[in-house]
This record gives sequence, C-alpha cells and structure tokens, in this order.
Amino acid sequence: MSTRTLISPAQLARPRGKLVYWIVFAVIVGGFTLVFLGPLYWLVSSGFKNPQEVIQTPPTLVPGSFEPANYTRAWEVMDLAKLLFNTLYYAFGALAFQLVLDVAAAYSLSKLRPVFGKAVLGMMLATLMIPATVLVVPQYLTVLDVPVVERNLLNSPWAIWLPSVTNAFNIFLLKRFFDSIPGELLDAASIDGASPMRTLRSIVLPISRPILGVVSIFAVVGVWKDFLWPMLTLPDPAKQTLNVGIYSLSNGVPVNVLIAALTIASIPTLLIFLIFQRNIMSGLTAGGLKG
Amino acid sequence: MSAPSLTPSKTGNSLEVQPRSARPGPQGGRLARSLRRNLTAHGFLVGAVVCFALFSWYPMVREFLLAFQKTEDGTVSWVGLDNLVTVFNDPAFWQAWRNTLMFTLLALVLGFAVPFVVAVTINEFRHGKGYLRMLVYLPVMLPPVASVLLFKYLYDPGYGLLNEVFDAFGLPAQQWLQDPDVSLLAVVVASTWMNMGGATLIYLAALQGIPGELYEAAELDGAGLLRKIWHVTIPQTRLILSLMLLMQVIATMQVFVEPFLLTGGAGPEGSTTTVVYLIYQYAFSFNNYGAAAALGLLLLVLLAGFSAAYVKLSRAEDE
Repeated sequence: MSTRTLISPAQLARPRGKLVYWIVFAVIVGGFTLVFLGPLYWLVSSGFKNPQEVIQTPPTLVPGSFEPANYTRAWEVMDLAKLLFNTLYYAFGALAFQLVLDVAAAYSLSKLRPVFGKAVLGMMLATLMIPATVLVVPQYLTVLDVPVVERNLLNSPWAIWLPSVTNAFNIFLLKRFFDSIPGELLDAASIDGASPMRTLRSIVLPISRPILGVVSIFAVVGVWKDFLWPMLTLPDPAKQTLNVGIYSLSNGVPVNVLIAALTIASIPTLLIFLIFQRNIMSGLTAGGLKG
Repeated sequence: MSAPSLTPSKTGNSLEVQPRSARPGPQGGRLARSLRRNLTAHGFLVGAVVCFALFSWYPMVREFLLAFQKTEDGTVSWVGLDNLVTVFNDPAFWQAWRNTLMFTLLALVLGFAVPFVVAVTINEFRHGKGYLRMLVYLPVMLPPVASVLLFKYLYDPGYGLLNEVFDAFGLPAQQWLQDPDVSLLAVVVASTWMNMGGATLIYLAALQGIPGELYEAAELDGAGLLRKIWHVTIPQTRLILSLMLLMQVIATMQVFVEPFLLTGGAGPEGSTTTVVYLIYQYAFSFNNYGAAAALGLLLLVLLAGFSAAYVKLSRAEDE
C-alpha cells in the first residue's frame, strides 16, 4: 500500500519502466552505500592496519595486516575511558538540566500562563534569531565571570550544563506539544485537588513521552557533537570531551591509532542512532522546520 | 482567560463543582488566588529564565556593548567605532567574507540541490527506502572530529584514498587541503557529506505530503516527468524549500568547525579563512574581544534579514 508519487504506477508496470526503475534503484543504492558506508568502512578497516600499511600507496582495500591492538592502544594512549566518561557526564547532566528546567518552563508557559509569560517566551524565541557563533565570545566572557554569583565556571561542568538549558527550540517544541493537551484534562485534575506539580507529573509527562524522547535524544547528541564551546570552556586536558580530547592529541599519535580512536568515538552516537532511529527521524520531521 | 465551567468528570467527586472564578478559595479573595497561581507559574519558569538571563540575554547585550568597547589591563573604555575600523582594515577581512560567501554558495549548490534531488528520487522507490534514509543520516550522527579527521585521511596527498580513486579514473591527483584553489571545495564536500542527511529527511517527509491526485491531474494534462516536478513537486514543497534554503544560508555563513579541523582554520594562503574563524582568532588568539564583537555584529546584522524571513515563513507554515 503506497501513496501515489511522481511516477505513475502504470508507467512503472511497463517492461521499460521496470527496467529503468531497477537500473536507477541499483545505481542509487550502490552509490549511496559507497558514499556513506564507504568512508565508515575505511575508518574501521584502517584502524586494523599496521603503521606501514595505513600510510602505504596505493592503499589496500582489505587490510593485509590485522592489529586489533591499535584499538587498545588508542584506548590507553588517548585515555579514551576518561574522555568518554567526561562526555557522558556532560551530556547526561545537560539532559537532566534541560528535562527539568525546560519542561517546567514550557509547562508554565503553556498551561499555568503567568503574567509576562508571553513576553518571556518572546524573549526566549528571540535568541533563535541571533547566530549562535556570534554569541560565543560574550558567552565565554560570561563563563569566566558569571554576573551576580561572581564565579568562574571555566573547566567546570556547569559551563556545559547551564548554557544547554537556553535551548529555545526545545522549549518551543515542548510548549507546542503541551498546548495540544486538552485543558479539560488538567482542569479535571486541579478540581480533584492536584497541585500543578502533581498534574505535571501524573498527567502531562506521561502523555508527552514521544516529545520528551525526541528532546532527550537531541540534547544528548547536541553535547556529544559540540566542539567549539567545550574546547573553549574546558581547556584542562583532564576535563575534555571526546571531540576536543581526540583533536588535541591527534598530531601526537600514529595514524592507525588515531583512526582506531575515531572509530571508538563514533560508536556511541551510532548506537544511539540505530536504537532510536524512529524517534530521531520523527523528531526531525515534526520539529525540524519550525524555529 | 476563560474560567472553565466543567461538570464533574467520571471521577467519583460528588461535590458540586462551580466555575473556578466563583469558587471561594482557601484564602478568599480573587487577588490572593491569582497571586498564588502566578507565584507557582513563575516558580516553574524561574530556573530556565535564570539560565537564559545569564547565558543568553546578558551575552546578547554584552555583544553589542563589547563591539564599541576596549578592554586594556582590566579597564573598559568606550572607543566608538574604532573596533569596526580595525576589523575593516584587516587584510583578512575581505578574504574571509569572500571565502564565507563562496563556501555558502558552493554549500547551497551541493547541500541544497543534492538533498532535494536525492529525496525526490528516493521517494519514488518502492523498496529500500528505510535503508537509504538511514544511510544519508548516518554521518549526521558522527562526532564532527571523527568525520573531519577521517576526511583529512581520505584527502591526504600522499596516502589518501581519494587521489587513488582519481588515479583509477585517470584524473590528476590533487593537493586537496594544501592547494588554495581546491581547499575550499574540499571543505564544502566534507561538510556536505556530514550534514546533508537532515535536509534529505525533511524533504522526504514533505514529498510524502503531496496529494497523489495532483500528479494524476498533471498526467491527464499530458505533463512529462520534468513538468510534473516543475509544476507539482516544487510548488507543493515551496515553503519547506525556502525554509531550508534560509536555514542553510544561516548555518553555512557561520561555518567554523570543518575548516578549523581540516585546514587549521586559515588554510593555504588564507583560502579557507571564514568570518567565524576570524572572530575566533580575534577573541582567542589576540585577546581582542572588541574586534571579535564588532565582526560578530556585522555577521549578526547580515544574517538578521535571513532570520526574520525564516520566522515569517515558519509562522506561515504553522497556519
């Protein structure tokens, strides 16, 4: 059961249509596999080559040498366990902050509707108009000396967590989802004496699971993929993320070890992708456009 | 805000429920209740607002101030347009803008047109759609350092795979990242590979929303493949195409990570210096925050038009 698309089914059913279809199909599938999986194959296989083979011309398509020890060396030399732990710590910390603070804010703006709520939402959405890279410099200066509390957050996980909350797009997505929850449902709860917190916990959150999933995945992946901000705010090698740590050590290790490290660094997000493919794709198309 | 007038729901609440406004609150007074309701609501809001205030709104104001200030030995002084003059007189200024515009243009040709053609093609397939969708989106999930350093390895003039492939087709080997004539293109190709998945999936979703009858009607009028694309597919996806175009201009004008990791930022003879790289250099290599902010302000002003158009269009789409 498929919907009608560009090419008519009748045209496809003809022998010539069938032939063209299968030729185009084969070319695209082959080409895509080559273009998108090819580099990944190259990454994984080069990670198994010995130091001579990895920089040999012409390169070998199938590794002639097999050195899984590259992976263990990469793990040790680049201290990937630490980098991996740091990145997980920042990513899930940011996720927790975003889930608690952004969900609470979106709930308040959508259902509790305080005075000035509209103005606050407007100011949050206005930040989407400012190119993110332009704000990096003043944000960095703010981290060096946070106003009011007068703290320097350099090399502290807070430098990742707190700014991650200022994700106006997430708040917008959540608020739009909460807006679609019928008010009668919440009124019924409040008449039954449920506090706003209780209503949020027992009614709003269970209904909102799909959108929470999408927001969570993008929150984690966002921190995982970020480069410039963690490079600036976490200069201490002991505090670095995978991206920054591997980059700063990339010139000091043999090519095959570096490539093995890149492979290891890619595994977590690839796993997330393979597991949550459906959620990611629906999130992209549901909210990917509106800013 | 209208007071809800509900009859008790299926719960066994036997109390007679009156509209909220008429019900006497525990502390009496309408005002007290409204105050309490607002306090709760603001309580839910305050965490995010504090974060926004510290890390978004305050930096936004500061960006404007910094552009007209100078910090020397910890003392801040107003310097008017001096920072802008410094930025304009930098020999790298025009080159950075030229490179950034060129990058944007190339990225649009590759990153805007290619995903659309790919999406239109994939959408025709009766098989393997899920596999192809997964393939194009795979690179988006990789940490940028992994994809960029992988490309660096593929581009290597000595042992890179790409020159080997070129050789197999009888094409001359290139100094991909070392030759100022091709380095920008090499960066664009890597960047497109890394990022085109998102756009492709969004186009695919949009294509699925086109009513099939439109194609049937076009066929009855004798339209061929190209005319169907021109008169049905493109008009039907016009809004999303324009949104993606604006979004890509906004994103690619801010390109930083790809050239920074591939060529160290500036590249051979400054051929991959971008505006954001220049901002980065002012701020973090020369400690000249004023110049960085001034250049940032120029970029902001330029992109503001695109952002405004984007917001306007996405409102239209919401309706």
